[in-house]
Amino acid sequence: MKPLLLPIVLLGGLSLAASAAEPSATELDTIAQRVRACTPCHGAEGRATSEGYYPRIAGKPAGYLYNQLVNFRDGRRHFPMMTYLTERQTEQFLLEMAAHFAAQELPYPPPQRPNVDAALLERGRVLATEGDAQREIPACSACHGSRLMGVEPSVPGLLGLPDDYLIAQMGSWRSGSRRAHEPDCMAEIARRLEREDLAAVAAWLAVQPVPENTRPDPAFEQEPPMRCGSIPENTQAAP
Amino acid sequence: MKRRIVLAVIALAILALVLLSRLRVEDRTGGEAPPPLFADTANEVERGRALVLLADCGPCHTARGGEPFAGGRAIPTPFGTFVTPNITPDPETGIGNWTSDDFWRALHEGRSRDGRLLYPTFPYTNYTKISRRDADAMFAYLRTLKPVRRENRPHELRFPYDQRWLLAAWRALFFRPGVYEPDPERSAEWNRGAYLVQGVAHCSACHEARNALGAIQSSDNPAGGLVLDWYAPSLTRAREAGVQHWSEEDIVTFLRTGRTQSAPHASALGPMAEVVYESLQHVHPGELHAMAVYLKSLPVDGAPPDAGAGFASAPLTGSLARGREIYMEHCADCHGERGEGRLPAAIPLAGNRAVCMDSVANPIRIVLYGGYPPGTEGSPRPFGMPPFYPTLRNDQIASVLNYVRTGCGADVPRVTADEVERNRGGPLW
Repeated sequence: MKPLLLPIVLLGGLSLAASAAEPSATELDTIAQRVRACTPCHGAEGRATSEGYYPRIAGKPAGYLYNQLVNFRDGRRHFPMMTYLTERQTEQFLLEMAAHFAAQELPYPPPQRPNVDAALLERGRVLATEGDAQREIPACSACHGSRLMGVEPSVPGLLGLPDDYLIAQMGSWRSGSRRAHEPDCMAEIARRLEREDLAAVAAWLAVQPVPENTRPDPAFEQEPPMRCGSIPENTQAAP
Repeated sequence: MKRRIVLAVIALAILALVLLSRLRVEDRTGGEAPPPLFADTANEVERGRALVLLADCGPCHTARGGEPFAGGRAIPTPFGTFVTPNITPDPETGIGNWTSDDFWRALHEGRSRDGRLLYPTFPYTNYTKISRRDADAMFAYLRTLKPVRRENRPHELRFPYDQRWLLAAWRALFFRPGVYEPDPERSAEWNRGAYLVQGVAHCSACHEARNALGAIQSSDNPAGGLVLDWYAPSLTRAREAGVQHWSEEDIVTFLRTGRTQSAPHASALGPMAEVVYESLQHVHPGELHAMAVYLKSLPVDGAPPDAGAGFASAPLTGSLARGREIYMEHCADCHGERGEGRLPAAIPLAGNRAVCMDSVANPIRIVLYGGYPPGTEGSPRPFGMPPFYPTLRNDQIASVLNYVRTGCGADVPRVTADEVERNRGGPLW
């Protein structure tokens, strides 16, 4: 919110300068202006601090963001504010909003400091990077990219997010209150995880620094281990 | 024990009322509706589709993410939560076993197929004005829908509203069945508009006040009504949503796109955004024009707020001074320092009726939850108002609204922090 407020404060102080700086109708006729309804929670450019519950949306793949807007609209995800903002818009407009935030390249906050013991962190690392073949749990990196920054067009990155947000999301997937298009692979994986596993993975993910290149991978490096309804068919191999 | 006494007293009162009402019920069932001026009248199903669209049946009878018309949407009211039924042609859980007589009885008399009295959340007090021919067309269209098997969920109502038989009393007091009677003094277009506004499109279901028993009583109480936590402004007050001073073209533009393109500035938010998005934008513009002709002819009270009146400029103290500070920090960037608006992004606030009406429910909800006008074919990329519920406290929202309401050119009731608090939470719409 702060970067957004600065120009307003300046305008307020210098009324002459303010009238000169008033944006024209053309300057206001932008997608950035249209998505200002998103900024009080997600930050001026779709960014949230590592403390807040509202997740960062800047730089996430457009297909992922679009899927979430549609999921809120159709009741697969539950947050009344998001449903209220998305439910009476055309799909093209929702796509345009998603593309706008996907194109934002903003610095990430520093990773959180570990607040769990080393054994739990190690359990998280193993699950995230290797998975657990016995329980048929694929590694996070198998779908979310080897850098864990997501894969175009619909798989989100997992780094730079606070662990309470990650735990809440995996928990809701496990309980069925967060869903995606069928087949809902993430729900399936979350159900195979123990509660302790969720805490471990979230804790490990939240303390990882983001890599230098924060953009999602342009395509899967290898065939994803599961079929997911949220990923367009032509970008994943047949099962 | 107390319950029994209450019920016994109510029962006696009802008996008296029902006997009384029997003496004076005259039902006009054979009336002919003013014909549609613009839709295909030969094809019954097509005419029914247009009427069902105008009556906005789909959105209420569809749960979020559910199959169209299969019911299950929860409608919160002061009496409890109503859950809409399945009206697809499924024989067991829908209305597949209904005949057109059954359907007519529901629309015209507010009775279900099994004779149960229907709660007036289903707006049969308006639908009773629909002609038999139009009701048959609506039924014919509903028969063409895909049957969906979905069991109806019971309503969750508070006592004594959960006592369905009490509806007999309610009906004796507040319900007179009767098809719309055209006014021979008026044009065909006016009569069509009146038929749609009063009957099919059931505008008064929201835009007129309901009494403590949930009945619309326009003669006593012409103000708008609180519905679904929003205030549906009155269509007969110039300070609210009366459009008598608008051009027909502006009315049609508003109904079709959810906003006007120039002064008088207005955009649809909350439940009205749903009506535009789901129903009105798809309706033939000729029907909207007929509605505009009728709406313009309604009696009107008072004058619209003075749009030229700016915000209070005298040295401000206390809450108004704080309100001005909050305005400059959070609102002026889009709405302008003097509330003059910055088009096309943000409409003027000074003299804006949505801000100035006596009821403070909508201004509070708009600041708390923001929102987008509907994305329609005529306005596919609307600008959105940001929600301030996470960033502003109740007293801050009250202060900034009171400051903005100094631009209304008249004394308006003050917004209090308590009222802001009452509007936090609850379902959004």
